[in-house]
Amino acid sequence: MASLVAKVSYGKLTINGKQVLNLNAVSSFVYRVFRFLIIVGISYVILFPLIVKFSSSIMTRTDIWDTSVVIIPKYPSMNNYRLAYRFMNFPVAFFNSLKLTLGVSVFQLISCTIVAYGFARFKFFGRGLWFSLVIFSLIIPPEMILIPLYLNFRFFDLWGILPDGGLNLLGTNWPFLLPAMTAAGFKNGLYIYIMRQIFKGMPKELEEAAYVDGAGPFRTFFTVMLPGALHGLVIVFLFSFVWQWNDFSLTSFYLPDAEVLPIALSNLARNVLGDQYLHAPVEGSLVNNAGSFMIIFPILVVYAFLQRYFVESVERTGLTG
Amino acid sequence: MRQSRRFKLTLRQRDNIMGYIFILPFIIGFILFILSPVVQSIVLSTNEVRITSTGFELDYIGLSNYNFALRVHADFVEELVNVMRLMLMNVFWILVFSFFAALLLNQRFRGRLIARVIFFLPVIMSSGVILKLEQEDYMMGMLEGTVEETFNFVNFDALSSFLMRLRIPDGFMETIALAVDNIPTIINASGIQILIFLAGLQSISPSLYEAAEVEGGTAWENFWLITLPMISPLILTNIVYTIVDFFISPNNTLVQMIRNTTFQGAGFGVSAAMSWIYFTAIAVILGITLLIFNRLVFYHE
Repeated sequence: MASLVAKVSYGKLTINGKQVLNLNAVSSFVYRVFRFLIIVGISYVILFPLIVKFSSSIMTRTDIWDTSVVIIPKYPSMNNYRLAYRFMNFPVAFFNSLKLTLGVSVFQLISCTIVAYGFARFKFFGRGLWFSLVIFSLIIPPEMILIPLYLNFRFFDLWGILPDGGLNLLGTNWPFLLPAMTAAGFKNGLYIYIMRQIFKGMPKELEEAAYVDGAGPFRTFFTVMLPGALHGLVIVFLFSFVWQWNDFSLTSFYLPDAEVLPIALSNLARNVLGDQYLHAPVEGSLVNNAGSFMIIFPILVVYAFLQRYFVESVERTGLTG
Repeated sequence: MRQSRRFKLTLRQRDNIMGYIFILPFIIGFILFILSPVVQSIVLSTNEVRITSTGFELDYIGLSNYNFALRVHADFVEELVNVMRLMLMNVFWILVFSFFAALLLNQRFRGRLIARVIFFLPVIMSSGVILKLEQEDYMMGMLEGTVEETFNFVNFDALSSFLMRLRIPDGFMETIALAVDNIPTIINASGIQILIFLAGLQSISPSLYEAAEVEGGTAWENFWLITLPMISPLILTNIVYTIVDFFISPNNTLVQMIRNTTFQGAGFGVSAAMSWIYFTAIAVILGITLLIFNRLVFYHE
């Protein structure tokens, strides 16, 4: 009887000179299965709350206490949405929010892009100092400047130019719009940083060609650089839109009584349930989930349209270096 | 060109002027909405603030607001230490996770697009009022239990007694405990960091890997000798971003405490003093981080 000769070379297992197994293929298969499981696991953690939020938003009390109902309710109803729509005064709050958010994000996009271009392409005196101030503006806790800003907007007088006492800008959109116009809003340092990296990553020859053709710096910026930086513009716009749209912290500070979505949502359960609010956490939760979904939905739609700028061309965001 | 000939500007002069024209919005914004409030908050922190119908009045009281925050206030110092500890653990795990996730998402596989869309979802979902409601929400509390249960295939009690027997230091134990408890939180806080790492991975020149392949480098060696050094500047960027993000998040307990102090508690002066103490602590931590990690970072140029 011939003896068995098993040999492994170059990752291939051979027995009596005949290849029976390619170990490389096995290990790569195991790895792929492992990778798949991990990705599914992480996606589960991210998506599960969203799915539960949606499913509970179409549930009724009966479904909640029915232990056989896990995700899919037996008696789906739109009642929570109806309640949320009515008590948030949805159409009004939606358009107020849209007006505020669009204003803020468009202004932030314009101001941060212009400033970032200045940092990226012109070697001016004090550039390092000013850029470190951009970073400084990013790391100071908002709570620190919030109180003085609050007082400034409450008694807004532009250093005594306006009549005494000044204007009360609280309750208007100006406390959001003014910093947005001057690249000093929430997380604007981050946007300047992103856009600066993108402009730095673009070839200098483009601008030189434009200068040779007789275009000035402004025309070059608008006609040559901006179209090339489209990916960055989209990402900055999306960040700025989402953070303003969801923002509760600043909004509750400057617009405590306004009919905008974050405020309306945070008061929703209390308004729907009245005095019962604290004693009926489940009912409150059902309405809140419906309300949350109504707020997130527009963002999800925008994200669905713009996601390719995120996922396909991340390398061109220029966040590197 | 024509313009510069007319005004006889040198290139450097043009750069100086154009640079300042472009960053002018930031200069105005910085002075109005950042520098002046920062200075004002120093003033507030050394005064007692009273709001009147026509403005506000200040009474200079020196450092007693700081004294109050540090010595008299019941929870401030304790909460400050607590937030620092939480931050260290969070930063560590967020960094590990986001780096790992970016490595995964950078590989080629079917469904990569969908995976990326899902991984970046928390960037737009976990913020503001949505996050606030989730924290307060009854159902979400139950839900967190469900997700944690799913992760309990790691029997944590058994794991911890095993680690105890290995005489693993307590701090390390605590770090692992926090990670297991907070898997969903960490995943949801990692979106931007993944984006930054992914951008970094994609900018590493493929020729480096090709050269390594010719030299017979294994995937393991490639990771330690090419990927890690090339991405190290972004590790620093991400550490700084994560620290800042954690500290200034409105959901941070200390930030909430400072805000509550403003309107319900000891008033504007004390809360300004608290923010200054807090800011100093952040600045010190960032400084130490930069000092330590700057030596470890490999710069290509």
